Amino acid sequence: MPLDLALIFVGALFCVSVLSIRRRARSDISRIIYTLCCALCVLIFVAVVSPRGAHALSATLPLGLPWIGMRFRLDALSAFFLAVVNIGGAAASVYAIGYGAHEKHPMRVLPFFPAFIAAMNCVVLADDAFTFLVAWEFMSLSSWALVLASHQEAESRSAAYIYLLMASFGTLCLLMAFGVLGGVGGAYDFSTIREAPKDAWKAGLVLGLVILGAGSKAGLVPLHIWLPLAHPAAPSHVSALMSGVMTKVAIYGFIRIVFDLLGQPAFWWSIHPLVLGALSAMTGILFATVQSDLKKLLAYSTIENIGVIFVALGLALAFKANGQALPAALAFTAALFHVFNHALFKSVLFFGAGAVLGATGEKNIEKLGGLIKSMPRTAFLFLGGCVAIAALPPLNGFVSEWLVFQAILLTPSLPQWILKLITPLVGVALALSAALGAGCYVRAFGIVFLGRARSAAAQAASETDGWSLGAMSVLLAMCLLAGVAPSFMIDTISPAAQEYVGGRMIVQGDLPWLTIAPVAESRSSYNGLLVFVFILLSSFGAMRLIRTLWPRPVRRAPPWDCGYADSSLATQYTASSFAQPVRRALGGLAFSTRESLDMPLPGETRAARFTVEIGDRFMNGLYTPLAKAVWFCAGRLNVVNFLSIQEYLGLVFVALVVLLIIVAL
Amino acid sequence: MEHLNLDVAQLLAGSLVLVSFMLLYQDRLSGLINIFALHAVALTLSVAWQAYVQHAPHLYVTAGIALIFKATIIPVALRRIVKQLRIHRTVEIVGGIGPTMFLGMFLVALSLVVMLPATASADPFAREDLAFALAIVLLGLLMMVTRRNAVSQIIGFMSLENGLILAAAGADGMPLVVEISVALSVLVAFIVIGIFLFRIRERFDTVDLFELDRVRGEKR
Repeated sequence: MPLDLALIFVGALFCVSVLSIRRRARSDISRIIYTLCCALCVLIFVAVVSPRGAHALSATLPLGLPWIGMRFRLDALSAFFLAVVNIGGAAASVYAIGYGAHEKHPMRVLPFFPAFIAAMNCVVLADDAFTFLVAWEFMSLSSWALVLASHQEAESRSAAYIYLLMASFGTLCLLMAFGVLGGVGGAYDFSTIREAPKDAWKAGLVLGLVILGAGSKAGLVPLHIWLPLAHPAAPSHVSALMSGVMTKVAIYGFIRIVFDLLGQPAFWWSIHPLVLGALSAMTGILFATVQSDLKKLLAYSTIENIGVIFVALGLALAFKANGQALPAALAFTAALFHVFNHALFKSVLFFGAGAVLGATGEKNIEKLGGLIKSMPRTAFLFLGGCVAIAALPPLNGFVSEWLVFQAILLTPSLPQWILKLITPLVGVALALSAALGAGCYVRAFGIVFLGRARSAAAQAASETDGWSLGAMSVLLAMCLLAGVAPSFMIDTISPAAQEYVGGRMIVQGDLPWLTIAPVAESRSSYNGLLVFVFILLSSFGAMRLIRTLWPRPVRRAPPWDCGYADSSLATQYTASSFAQPVRRALGGLAFSTRESLDMPLPGETRAARFTVEIGDRFMNGLYTPLAKAVWFCAGRLNVVNFLSIQEYLGLVFVALVVLLIIVAL
Repeated sequence: MEHLNLDVAQLLAGSLVLVSFMLLYQDRLSGLINIFALHAVALTLSVAWQAYVQHAPHLYVTAGIALIFKATIIPVALRRIVKQLRIHRTVEIVGGIGPTMFLGMFLVALSLVVMLPATASADPFAREDLAFALAIVLLGLLMMVTRRNAVSQIIGFMSLENGLILAAAGADGMPLVVEISVALSVLVAFIVIGIFLFRIRERFDTVDLFELDRVRGEKR
C-alpha cells in the first residue's frame, strides 16, 4: 500500500508538470505549481515513512518495454532516500513559492521542476535496470533543462553543455555496468541480478563503472567539474535540489549496486571509494575556501561532503568484506546520516545564497557585506546552516562526522595491510578537510553578512520573503532536532544497515537521555541534548553576567578606523585576503595559483595591482587535453564524411576481411 | 550414391565460385550481364540439387525464384537500362586484373580456413557449402569495391546475395529459406533502384545539371 500510494503521487508529480504547460497563461501559475509540488512531496514522504521498518514491497507497472514492464520496490534503504528526496523537494517548493515569484521566465523552470523531483523518486523506487536507467536519464535531462533556465547567458549555456556531457558519460557507465551485471542472459530485474553468481573480474569491472557513473553524478573528484559550473547557473531552489538531493540519489545508486546487487564484497573494493572520497573531501574544501562566488563555494563544499560520504561507504565495504558487522553498520549508518544531514543544511545554505542573490543581485562575495543589518533573519538562518555544515555541536553535522571518525578509529582491526596503511591517511585528510570546512564557512558568513557593505547593491538589500524564511527555518529546525536527538535517526537507518551490511548499531533509543554510543557506551558516547543545554545555559549565563557587571545600555559607534579618518570600504578584510594563508599553504595540492604584483615605480601615480589566477589542475591537466584530443580525432575523421561509394564499400570490405583473418588465426 | 550427391553438390557450388571469378575478370558490361545470368543459373542448379538431396520441396521454390528473377528478369532489365543509358559498349577500367584475381584467390583461401574449422561438427554438405558461400560473398564484395560503374556494382551485390542463398540452402532444415530469399530479392530490387537514383543524382548534380534543366524546361 505505501508503495502504491508513492507511485500514484509520483505519477501526479508528472501530471503537475504537464499541467504547468497547459495552464501557462495564468498569472499565479508558479504559486499553484509549487504548492502542488510541495503537497505531493509531503504526501510521498508520509506514505513511505509511516510504515517504519516494514518489509520490502514490490509492484510491477505495465509501462515501458512490453514484455518487461516497470518494476518498483520499496525497502528500508529506498524509503530512507525517498524521505531525503521529498524533504528536500518539499522545502525547495515552499522556498520557490517566494523565490520563484520574481522569476523572469517561469516557463523555463515550471514544467521541469516537478518532473525532476518525480524522476529522482523513480530512480530510488526502481527495481530493474531498465526503469533505473530511464529514470536516471530523465533526472539528468530535466535538471539539465533547469540549468539552462537562464539560457541567454553564455556562461550558463557552457555550464549546461558540460553538465550534459558528464551526465551522458555517467549514464553510459551505468548502462555498461548493468550490461555486465545482466550478462548474456539479459536478466535486468534486480532480484535476478542479486541472485546471479559474479566472477571477481566482473565485480571489479562493475565497481569501476559504477564509481565512474554514480561518481560523475555525485561529484566525486576527478569527475566533479560540472558541479561548480551547473549549480551557480541554475535558479537557487534548483541548485539546492541538485546539490542537496540529486547527488544523494547518485549515492543511492552506488549503494544499491555495490552493497546490494554485487553481493558479498572483497576487501579491495573499499580502496577506490576511500581514496577518491578523501581526495574529493580535500580538493572540494580547498576550492571552496578560495571561491568568491557564493554558489560556487557551496558547490565545492558539496564535493567535500560527497567525499566524506564515500569514505564512510568505503569503510563500510571494508568492514563488511571482513565480516565485521558492527563496525560496518556504524560506517554505513554514518554515511546515510551524513546524506540526510547534508541534504538539510546544504539546502538551507543554497536557499540563503538565493535570498542574498535576490536581495542584492550579487553572487560575488567580495561585493557583499554587512547584510546582517538589512537581512537579520536570513543571516541567522544562514549562520545556523554554516554551524551545521562546519560540524559544530549541537547541530547534526557534528554527529554524522563524529560517527565517521568513530568508524575510522575502528580500522586498526582490519586484517589487510593496505587498508591499515590507507585508513589513517584518509582519516587525516578528513580531519583536515573538516577543519578547513569550518574556516571556509567562517569566511563565507563573515564576508557576506558581517562588516560593512562593499557595494551599493549590498547597501540597498532588504529582508527576503516569508516563504523563503519559512522553508529555511523548517530545515534548520530539523538540523537541530537531528543533532539533539540523533538516536532517533540512527534507529531509523538501522533496518537498512541490517539489510545491506548484515548488522546494526546497538539500539540507541534504549540509552537514557538521547545519548548515542557508536560501539558500546563504555567506549565513547555523545549526548547532543546535554551539549545543547550546556551551550544554551552558558551563553545565557555569560550574557546575564555581562549585563549585571556592565549594566550600561548598548551603544552604537563608528567602527575603529586605525586612526585614519574616513577609511574606504575596501580596507576591510576581503574574501581573498581571508583565504590567502590557506591558498598559499595548501593550494598547491589542488590547484595551480599564479600571483603577480604590478608595483608602480616611485613617482608614478597609477595604483599598484595584485592579481591572483587560480587554475583547476583537473580541468587543465585532464579535461582540456582530453577535449583537445577529441577535437583532433574528430577533425581527422571528418574526411570519412566525404568518401565515394567505392571507398565506403572498401572500408566495410577491409573490416570484414580483417575480422575473418582474426577468426582464422 | 551418397558420394555422388556430395560430389555433385560440390561441383555446382564450386562452379558458382568459378563464375564469381569470371565476374571479377569480365570488364565489358554486356558480357558482365551475361555472366551474371550464368551465375544465377548455377545457383538455380545448386539449390535445386540441394532440394533433391535433402528432399526439401520448398527449396525448389527458391530455385525457381532464382531462375525467374535472377537469371531472366534482372539480366533483361539490366540490359535494357544499359542500352538506354548508352553505356553497353563501355569498357570498364578495373584496377589491374592480376592483383584482383590474386586477391580473390586469397579470399577463397581465407573463407575455407575460417569455415572448415568453425563448422567441424556440421554435416559435410553444409560444411563445403558454407565455405563456398562465404567465398562467393567475399568475391561479390570485392567486385563492388573494385568497380566504378553502377551496373557492375549492382551485379556484384546480387552475386553476393546469391552466395547468401547458397548458404541458406546448404544448411539443413531451414524453413524460412523461401521467405528470406524472396525478401532479399525485393531488397535487391530496391537497392538497384536506390543506387541508380543515387548515381543519377550525383551525375546531374555535378556534370549534366545544365542538360537536365534544359530537358525539364522542354518537357514543361
